[in-house]
Amino acid sequence: MNLFNLTIKEACQSLKENKISCTELLKSCLNRITKTEKILNAFITVDQENSIGLAQEYDSLIAKTKGEIFNEKPLLGIPVAIKDLFCTNNLRTTAGSNVINEYIPSYDATVVRKLKEAGVVIVGKTNEDAWGHGSSGENSDHGITKNPYDVSRVPGGSSSGSGAAMAAGACLLATGTDTGSSVRLPAAYCNLIGIKPTYGRVSRYGIISMASSFDTIGHLTRTVYDNAKVLEITAGKDPFDATSSCANVPKYSLDIDKSIKGLTIGVPREYFVEGMDKNVETKVYDAIAVLEKLGAKVKKISLPSTSYAMACYYILVPSEVSSNLARFDGIRFGREREMFGDEAKRRIMLGTYTLSAGYYDAYYLKAAKVRSLVLKDFEEAFKIVDVIIVPSSPSLPFQIGEKSKDPVQMYLSDIFLCPINIAGIPSLNVPCGFVKGLPVGMQIVGRQFGEEYLYRVGYAYEQETQFYKQLPAM
Amino acid sequence: MKKLTSEEVVHIAKLAKLKLSDEEIKKFQKQLSCIIVFVDELKKINTNNVVPTAQVTGLNNVFRDDVVIPSLSQEQALSNAQETYKGFFKVKSILE
Repeated sequence: MNLFNLTIKEACQSLKENKISCTELLKSCLNRITKTEKILNAFITVDQENSIGLAQEYDSLIAKTKGEIFNEKPLLGIPVAIKDLFCTNNLRTTAGSNVINEYIPSYDATVVRKLKEAGVVIVGKTNEDAWGHGSSGENSDHGITKNPYDVSRVPGGSSSGSGAAMAAGACLLATGTDTGSSVRLPAAYCNLIGIKPTYGRVSRYGIISMASSFDTIGHLTRTVYDNAKVLEITAGKDPFDATSSCANVPKYSLDIDKSIKGLTIGVPREYFVEGMDKNVETKVYDAIAVLEKLGAKVKKISLPSTSYAMACYYILVPSEVSSNLARFDGIRFGREREMFGDEAKRRIMLGTYTLSAGYYDAYYLKAAKVRSLVLKDFEEAFKIVDVIIVPSSPSLPFQIGEKSKDPVQMYLSDIFLCPINIAGIPSLNVPCGFVKGLPVGMQIVGRQFGEEYLYRVGYAYEQETQFYKQLPAM
Repeated sequence: MKKLTSEEVVHIAKLAKLKLSDEEIKKFQKQLSCIIVFVDELKKINTNNVVPTAQVTGLNNVFRDDVVIPSLSQEQALSNAQETYKGFFKVKSILE
């Protein structure tokens, strides 16, 4: 077993038992980066020097405290890759864009601070669609990221580098943001567990904003247990983000192995439609059958506003994008607005249009009302089911260049993902098999602040299937 | 079918403080028109008596105590400035 393929749980155990050192674990990941990075382009910045220094420091700390330090720092020595949208103190943060190519933050995002306090070692900052705008990674100003399972295909976006880095073994944990798809699609296309938490569950402070009423902060891991463990650390109220929730943060990993017998799974007909890849659909139905065998009840449901969700999303999100990106004026820091890439320009202009005098009522206000309808659909559904299961993508990971010329086609690759953000509810991508050697993902969706159900169902399924053990050939 | 004119694209770009080349105007006119046709779908839905949503978890009026807490130093706040002058950001003049 290579160290870089360990789960967080396994790595923590081996570190505690002194079977491996933090430095060995880190170097295994750094070697993996050296081997794969030229092909994958998953990173914008690799922080070899500081990470090695910190790993060595932690090794001495383990020796000095005779392992006591693990009680204080549950993720001690775990190599982590951070999406380049998260501010990292003294470590360049570009948002994947040339506009702020040289920006070096003077502070950590709250999530970065919490992870550091938990003992992680940051290996570097991952590539992404600039500002989080995209579903493929092709909108990065730092070059395209490749999918480790097939390098002619996209890894999914916008957290493209985080997905590719995890699949390649460059780290044991990677962070991501999810405004419409950006954690779940890379997770689906790279055979990973990806959480899009409830809106407000995790602080947004220090993470470059895309659409403030949609942005959620998640992460990618190999296993469901690892994912639950990390959310316990990142979730919670933050005085620096007024929209973060005071709701109690459960110990998600504690009851994760509770039986799913008697839970009701909703299967909405609007997510199994003409035009989607039949092989993908079959894999998701197979997964539902596995859960049924484990004792869950399956109920067909309907979410009637689904067909309007994408149009609603592509009015509201660009509106918020145009407002958030207005602050990058090139006056105090950063470069001229001409440096924005095509996708950012498209979204800025679209949002400017939908918010402008004479169009506000027809577009923004109308979409904000449709948002209420989408939200109500889910509220009604969760009166009769505990979780909903839907595919993560209508297709397998697509070819690089296949959709990049046609923005509407690219937007539609998120058709099963965006409605979740409109409603602010949590969703977990869980791998559910392979078609032609390419990963397929499904989403387990829950009611607001109901993440523990997602983890329980995901864990039960993962115990049966263990798709995470199928690693890319590279 | 609603289509944007090139004048409208230029006007929007100006509002958004983006300078576009002639080629970009052409390209975005086509692409933005397609997107607007796509989102115009919403006009079909009846939203009479529906209240708009902006905050999905129902939070409102979040207050905090008005107390001074440690903040960035002046040096840190200016660390990414292109040019500084005696502890200020130095920027291009905006008045003739």
